Amino acid sequence: MSTQTRIIEVRQNVLKQNDILARALRQRFHEAGVFVVSMVSSPGAGKTALLERTLTLLRQQFRVAALVGDLATENDAARLARSQAPVKQILTGTVCHLEAAMVQNALEGWKLDDLDFLFIENVGNLVCPSSYDLGEDLRLVLMSVTEGEDKPLKYPTIFNSADAAVITKIDLASAVDFDATAAKRSIQAVRPGMTILEVSAKSGDGTEALLDFLQSRRTDASAMEASRDASAFAAPH
Amino acid sequence: MHELSIAMSIVDLAQEEADRRGGVQIKAVHLRLGLLSGVVKDALLSSYEMACEGTPLAGSQLVVEEVPVLVFCSHCDARRPVHSTRLFCCSECGTPTGDVVQGKELLVVGLEVEE
Ligand SMILES: Nc1nc2c(ncn2[C@@H]2O[C@H](COP(=O)(O)OP(=O)(O)O)[C@@H](O)[C@H]2O)c(=O)[nH]1
Ligand SMILES: [Mg+2]
Ligand SMILES: [Zn+2]
Repeated sequence: MSTQTRIIEVRQNVLKQNDILARALRQRFHEAGVFVVSMVSSPGAGKTALLERTLTLLRQQFRVAALVGDLATENDAARLARSQAPVKQILTGTVCHLEAAMVQNALEGWKLDDLDFLFIENVGNLVCPSSYDLGEDLRLVLMSVTEGEDKPLKYPTIFNSADAAVITKIDLASAVDFDATAAKRSIQAVRPGMTILEVSAKSGDGTEALLDFLQSRRTDASAMEASRDASAFAAPH
Repeated sequence: MHELSIAMSIVDLAQEEADRRGGVQIKAVHLRLGLLSGVVKDALLSSYEMACEGTPLAGSQLVVEEVPVLVFCSHCDARRPVHSTRLFCCSECGTPTGDVVQGKELLVVGLEVEE
């Protein structure tokens, strides 16, 4: 007996649950006036080190907090807590990336209205995090000078999903013969026009430019939010 | 590797759709997979079988249609294929552009069911 088959047309985004949650988070962040920055990189590129410095410096002027994802340990949260900013660890277990639901759960009990900046350090991984929107305003992709200038060409998807690139550990650049021009060329090849910052969390070089960048992006975002509110108000009903 | 969790979402989603249509038996799930979705086709295919185990979709096929990356080229004023995912420029005129208009899809588009 032969069976006939037919095709039912559907159209369903496989990541719709994450996308819906991320959209709701973004809405909440905007309403609370908190600017959310996520960080992705390979393990050890220097996310926690840079974040510790950033939190310490930004705290002098802004209300800041951080969520940090890790497979199994709480070490990063302990390091970040030295900045005195509120920090929460998200343990992902076997999951190699953060998802919007994990961010939502971690935020329980936090008053977003009391924050100006929220940072989210993703699990060290250059593949999986690219598919998951976390509701962030700005996604930074980090690559350290010790990783090789062609990293972006090997992981174009994550570089393409990011809003700005940060080259880290520039204090080690000459020791490893880092070719900054080649690295920037690789980044621009997979994401033309992307802002590139160069920093050392160790010496502090470049952190001022990073802070300026974050503040100006936050100002732009709130100006956009304000004009959206104004036009919504002015629109005829 | 997040392909197993993606595969499990595909199975859940397909089963939901099937249930909504009175519990049809699914032979195959058709998926559109963008080359910038962050999901690797081969890894997904091998995870799919595992994800189906013990579900009504056991023994079904995952049919993947890969979706190329298109960018908007302001010089051509048109949607164009990207030169390659390692060189984001218009394949026609070479203008660099990161304005991706297609290629991030991860969409279930069809269910092959027994009549
Ligand atoms: N020389 C130098 N080492 C750094 C710098 N940033 C981080 N590291 C070191 O690199 C290693 C990994 O850094 P970490 O912040 O834990 O990376 P993460 O896994 O991306 O969070 C640690 O041993 C850090 O001390 C830097 O700017 N310069
Ligand atoms: Mg870390
Ligand atoms: Zn063109």
